[in-house]
Amino acid sequence: MAELLLLRHRERPELGELDGYQAQGGFDGLRKAVTTMTPAEVIDLVKASGLRGRGGAGFPTGVKWSFLSPGVFPRYVVANADESEPGTFKDRELMERNPYQFLEGVAICAYAAQANLAYVYCRGEFWDLAYRLEENLQAMRRAGLLGERMFGSAYNLDIRLHLGAGAYICGEETALLESLEGKLGQPRLRPPFPAAVGLYGKPTVVNNVETLANLPLILTRGADWYRGFGTEKSPGTKIFSLSGHVARPGNYELPLGTTFRELIFTHGGGTPSGMAVKAIMPAGASSSILPGTDAVLDTPMDYESLAAVGSALGSASVIVMDASVNLTWVLRKTNEFFKHESCGKCTPCREGTYWMLHVSERIQSGGADGEVKLLRSVAAGMQGKCLCALGEFATMPVVTGIDRFPDDFQSNGRGGR
Amino acid sequence: MLIEKYPQEIERILANYPPDQRRSAVMPLLYLAQREEGYVTRAAMEEVAALVGLEATQVGSLVGFYTLYRDEPSGTYHIQVCTDLPCALQGAEAFAEDLCRNLGIRLGETTPDGAVTVEAVMCLAGCDRAPLFQLQAPDGIHYHENQTVESALELIKHLRREGGRG
Amino acid sequence: MTAAQVRLTIDGMPVAVPAGTLLVDAAKQAGSNVPVFCYHPKLDPVGMCRMCLVEIGRPQRDRATGEWVRDPNGQPVLSFSGKLETACTTPVEDGWVVRSASELAIEGRRQIVEYLLTSHPLDCPVCDKGGECPLQNLTMAHGPGKSRFLFDDKIRLDKHLPLGELIFLDRERCIQCGRCVRFQEEVVDDAVIGFFERGRKLEIVTFSEPGFDSIFSGNTTDICPVGALTTADFRFGARPWEMNAAASICPHCAVGCNLMVNSRREAKSGGNLVVKRVMPRQNERVNEIWICDKGRFGYAFGSSPERLTRPMVRRDGTLVKTTWDEALAAVAAGMRGAGKDLLGIAGGRASNEDLFNFRALLDRLDGLLVLDEPMPGGEWTGLGPGSDLGRLGPADAVVVAACDLHAEAPIWWLRLKQAAERGTTVITLNLRPTRLDKHAAYCLQHGLGESGDTVLALQHPGRAPAGSRLQAAADALAAAENVIVFYGREGLSAVECQALAAGWGRWLVKTSRSGKTNNGLVAVWPRSNTQGAWDLGLRPAADGLLQALDGKRFAYLMACDPVGDDPKLAEAFRQLEFVVVQELFLTPTAGLADVVLPAQAFLERDGTLTSGERRVQRFYPGVPALGDARPDWQAVASVGEALGVPLESRSAAAIMLAIQAAIPDYAEVSYQALAQSTEQWPPVGGADMYFGGTAYKNHQGLGAQLPRQLLAEHLPAEPPTSLLRQPRPAGLTLVPVARLYDQGITLRPSTLLKDRLATAGIELNPQDAEQLGLAHGAVLGLVWAGGTQEIPVQLSADVPPGLALVPRSSGLKLDEPMAAPLARAEVR
Ligand SMILES: Cc1cc2nc3c(=O)[nH]c(=O)nc-3n(C[C@H](O)[C@H](O)[C@H](O)COP(=O)(O)O)c2cc1C
Ligand code: SF4
Ligand code: FES
Repeated sequence: MAELLLLRHRERPELGELDGYQAQGGFDGLRKAVTTMTPAEVIDLVKASGLRGRGGAGFPTGVKWSFLSPGVFPRYVVANADESEPGTFKDRELMERNPYQFLEGVAICAYAAQANLAYVYCRGEFWDLAYRLEENLQAMRRAGLLGERMFGSAYNLDIRLHLGAGAYICGEETALLESLEGKLGQPRLRPPFPAAVGLYGKPTVVNNVETLANLPLILTRGADWYRGFGTEKSPGTKIFSLSGHVARPGNYELPLGTTFRELIFTHGGGTPSGMAVKAIMPAGASSSILPGTDAVLDTPMDYESLAAVGSALGSASVIVMDASVNLTWVLRKTNEFFKHESCGKCTPCREGTYWMLHVSERIQSGGADGEVKLLRSVAAGMQGKCLCALGEFATMPVVTGIDRFPDDFQSNGRGGR
Repeated sequence: MLIEKYPQEIERILANYPPDQRRSAVMPLLYLAQREEGYVTRAAMEEVAALVGLEATQVGSLVGFYTLYRDEPSGTYHIQVCTDLPCALQGAEAFAEDLCRNLGIRLGETTPDGAVTVEAVMCLAGCDRAPLFQLQAPDGIHYHENQTVESALELIKHLRREGGRG
Repeated sequence: MTAAQVRLTIDGMPVAVPAGTLLVDAAKQAGSNVPVFCYHPKLDPVGMCRMCLVEIGRPQRDRATGEWVRDPNGQPVLSFSGKLETACTTPVEDGWVVRSASELAIEGRRQIVEYLLTSHPLDCPVCDKGGECPLQNLTMAHGPGKSRFLFDDKIRLDKHLPLGELIFLDRERCIQCGRCVRFQEEVVDDAVIGFFERGRKLEIVTFSEPGFDSIFSGNTTDICPVGALTTADFRFGARPWEMNAAASICPHCAVGCNLMVNSRREAKSGGNLVVKRVMPRQNERVNEIWICDKGRFGYAFGSSPERLTRPMVRRDGTLVKTTWDEALAAVAAGMRGAGKDLLGIAGGRASNEDLFNFRALLDRLDGLLVLDEPMPGGEWTGLGPGSDLGRLGPADAVVVAACDLHAEAPIWWLRLKQAAERGTTVITLNLRPTRLDKHAAYCLQHGLGESGDTVLALQHPGRAPAGSRLQAAADALAAAENVIVFYGREGLSAVECQALAAGWGRWLVKTSRSGKTNNGLVAVWPRSNTQGAWDLGLRPAADGLLQALDGKRFAYLMACDPVGDDPKLAEAFRQLEFVVVQELFLTPTAGLADVVLPAQAFLERDGTLTSGERRVQRFYPGVPALGDARPDWQAVASVGEALGVPLESRSAAAIMLAIQAAIPDYAEVSYQALAQSTEQWPPVGGADMYFGGTAYKNHQGLGAQLPRQLLAEHLPAEPPTSLLRQPRPAGLTLVPVARLYDQGITLRPSTLLKDRLATAGIELNPQDAEQLGLAHGAVLGLVWAGGTQEIPVQLSADVPPGLALVPRSSGLKLDEPMAAPLARAEVR
């Protein structure tokens, strides 16, 4: 396996303790940033590293930070630890076993953003994890790694924890901010983006846990070193959450650009049934579904290559399905999910997800002939009209499932799973 | 009144947010209220609202939106099995059904003694350790992964006998 | 400062609008109706319903120069993204070409309508909104004609859910546009309804006690674009197209909200018109498109079975019904020779025409005329020409003294809240916290008897301790460009209130503000036409009614009930030789009269009222008069005739001509002038119902505001400071306060509101209560009107220590604070 930047705890479990983490050079990156660099220099370094957001959209992290409205304070940093995309479980492992690397990343981001207060928005189900994170933060406070005049500089920072309470939509950054403000987790209109009007109306950076966990090493080892991993446009390593029909499901940290084949067969051990891979959802439930063809299996998993084959890397939650699976069942499952999680704010998503579930339930149990066409049309009708990406996500498995797996939707192919 | 019972905890929750942003404390306060009664009572909605400067309706609205809050009493322990797509591919749906059959209830129901409610939920971010469930106990939420029906029944037996967090 | 203009083309029409204008509004101005559900021009845009999808072409820019790229003909090259965008959330920019009717846009909206209707019950034939329903209309215009959604997949939900006594919810019809929730939160700051659940399960709920606890709740039914929210009075009451509409003015407070009275002929009323509902009528200078629930639901008194329908005369000690001829004959006989010994008492409920005739009669007979409302200052009130609370800005300030606007004049509260949100400095001065404080920059709470000191310090920067809030407020006030002062009588003695009004008058003159736009003094009068009464020369009795009655033999009362307000006056009235009362109801005062004359309710007649801002507005008859009731002006003319005094008796309009001739300020106020109206933004009603809601467009007139310019000589000289400081009564002090839903005779018949009427009770600070050994719900005994009165006690930490708040018209008649005549405290 390639060098681990993020899942280092697998080789060095002591990283989970503050002492152990520090013994491995932990907090050197933060110290370096705070004591020797200006916030602008940190932003430039992160830009140079080519780090892209790991929360789904893959937006260049340093560029996002540079959009913060100049001169407006206070500012906030929020770590998006809502991890709720079906098939995604990487942030949880990071926070559970390598928490200080993540929290150091939060602190570096906060310094770059000139924020004195950062929140970690953790999904409510991570109750026990949050409890431990709280202890990690206490340990950092005791060790002077948070608080006033850090490392003897004029910089002050506190990181605090906020628990969600069960809502996938709160992973969407503006819904998350609403939720953190004590409101319904419904997305805001964008623009303005959080960098201009974020938490409490102030400039705010929202980054994914994994994105932030990359920062300490970028700080200590530099942009060029970081660019030594991955591809030109998608540098670095990525944690792939591998699930579904694989012998060894789990998180695999691999350079961006690793092929599906390597992930699924070399690391994941192939399908337990020995059957062929029928379909892959590379970005959790929010995927455009890919067929398990050789061309797809040999596609490098990076942002550009996946777009080229008609899908997206998203959060890199690779769900593998073998030939026993019928896509009518898959669509019923994704529709169940999105119907349950639609926040209800905008019409096409609220009504469309509900409608799609009804139709896909009928299709799965046989159903009249026109239903497949109807389902596809309901999904297509939602596209380009929703207020946030959730509604759009809901349509992607539907449209690609019907288009790319036509056999499953023939009347004789329906039913069962 | 929660404020009489937990003044320090409430103080700590409020202090987690900027002083002019009390509203942010509403979600942790709702957890506190739910811990007390097993669900968020109308009286608690009003008290929490008063603590953060909202109307009771605004607080109630949150209870309705977020799935981890309840506005009605139900079983003491909630076993919430993830049956979302990745887990379902690993047999989670069958697991949930088997578990329910063994408890003599259907999915979504509570055992006659009021102790355990079994429910299906969406992805819990533990897809590599299916079947798994989260146990919502009075003191919080705990994950139980790589489960079998036997291990789950064992846990339930323990909960019934000993109570506590399981 | 005017915003820069932005030029763009919408559906082929070039338009220029101020920068920052939302595309949806710009389209409206260009004559393009972009359909909307969630957007409302009075609410912040949210882009939820996605109905307003349009295509936008933006001029391409040269990357290097930033200039527009132009084609060989010099036209900017446009780029269309091929994606639809929401017009309601998008501020326009220069050079855009917008297509709201392109194939893509039409198809997009058709899809949205189909989605919206998946969950809708399509029960238009039985729906109250049918006929004025944006969903129905927009579906016809933009929908697919046929739904592919299976009918039995629809969710079944509650259809008759009372959110409170006033508003019902049909959950199946709700399209989750959130207009109601946002109105309550953003506009009126009563977030007492909200969304529950999420996704398709979203539903409207209330957790307030009582349900939907807001005094503005009815407005949500006007802006609800479907039949989900309906008022309890109108539900299943009538179809919109069957109804008549008569323009009116709300009779309940001094704001003068513009109303439309909808009525229908009904068999059970003998084929007569019956009022079915009261709706807001747009007047952006007064009430915009809103009214409070008192105005909306408080019309039942007009059709109350208790109304007087025939004249009555006293025979053998009891009042018996009779004819006008006999009643007038009795007046002629009983009041023969009345002159200086005649006292005329009128209330501010009467119209200008009524009051003018009444005054003419009293003048001609040389009787004494008094206004039955003790609040002073009406000769100084009024604003500069063109004043508009809606145009107060960040440079302006408003002082609100001695009143609780939320309870006394709800729409003024709303207008000032909105001004505060636009940056206007609001300064409140009172004995106790009120709802406006939340929006005030400075809340200057003062003690009993200290209003004078506070005002002086506020008016003279440097007088209050340096660094104090009072000083900061004084500085802000001095720096303000325009200042409007509202004053009431809460917690003040008559002397103090007079000093307050005059003091502000002098200050407005001294600071050269009086007479300028958005400057002046407004009294928060207890009645709808008190200002008109002052303008027509009526004044409160200088030393109280009892004094005024002294030595009188006759009394003629119109639209007032002094004995009902204060039973102690009964004896004085009994002593008179002959009393005539002209009223709507057999009030306690009427019960003592020798002749009672039935008056028409505002719904039955025409006339004008002058609001607290001195806006004269016309109201029109909506339903036929009950029985033999006459409009007050006509009844007065009849009495005049009986007493040998000819008065104008042809019409209200004819009296207005006389008013114009007699009262200089009213010279221009012809009925024609009052009936003028201009286009207002936002468009409402009719074809614009989907946009601004079902409030009525105002075709019947915006009224005329009478400007006031005060001069130093109009005002009394500044009294010595010592006079301003009032001795504070020792011990617990009763302070009369206003409640919106009081027990007045024009409100009690509205049974819908009965659970919300203020009950008799005293509000105490918990500390005081403890000292007195009283708990919530205990009774406090007061020595009152020769006996002991027991009043239930309510505890509230908002009541300042030492005060006991007594709601007006709840049994204890009290004009000003007084030491509580404690009998004994006992716990029930
Ligand atoms: C419906 C929806 C759910 C999302 N869920 C998550 C999530 O659970 N975690 C996350 O980091 N980002 C999530 N995102 C993406 C965030 O909106 C945001 O782009 C991200 O947190 C930015 O961080 P990054 O730049 O570091 O990726 C979600 C987006 C959408 C539209
Ligand atoms: S697409 Fe619309 S309804 Fe769906 S989650 Fe986003 S805002 Fe909510
Ligand atoms: S989204 Fe624009 S009107 Fe609703």
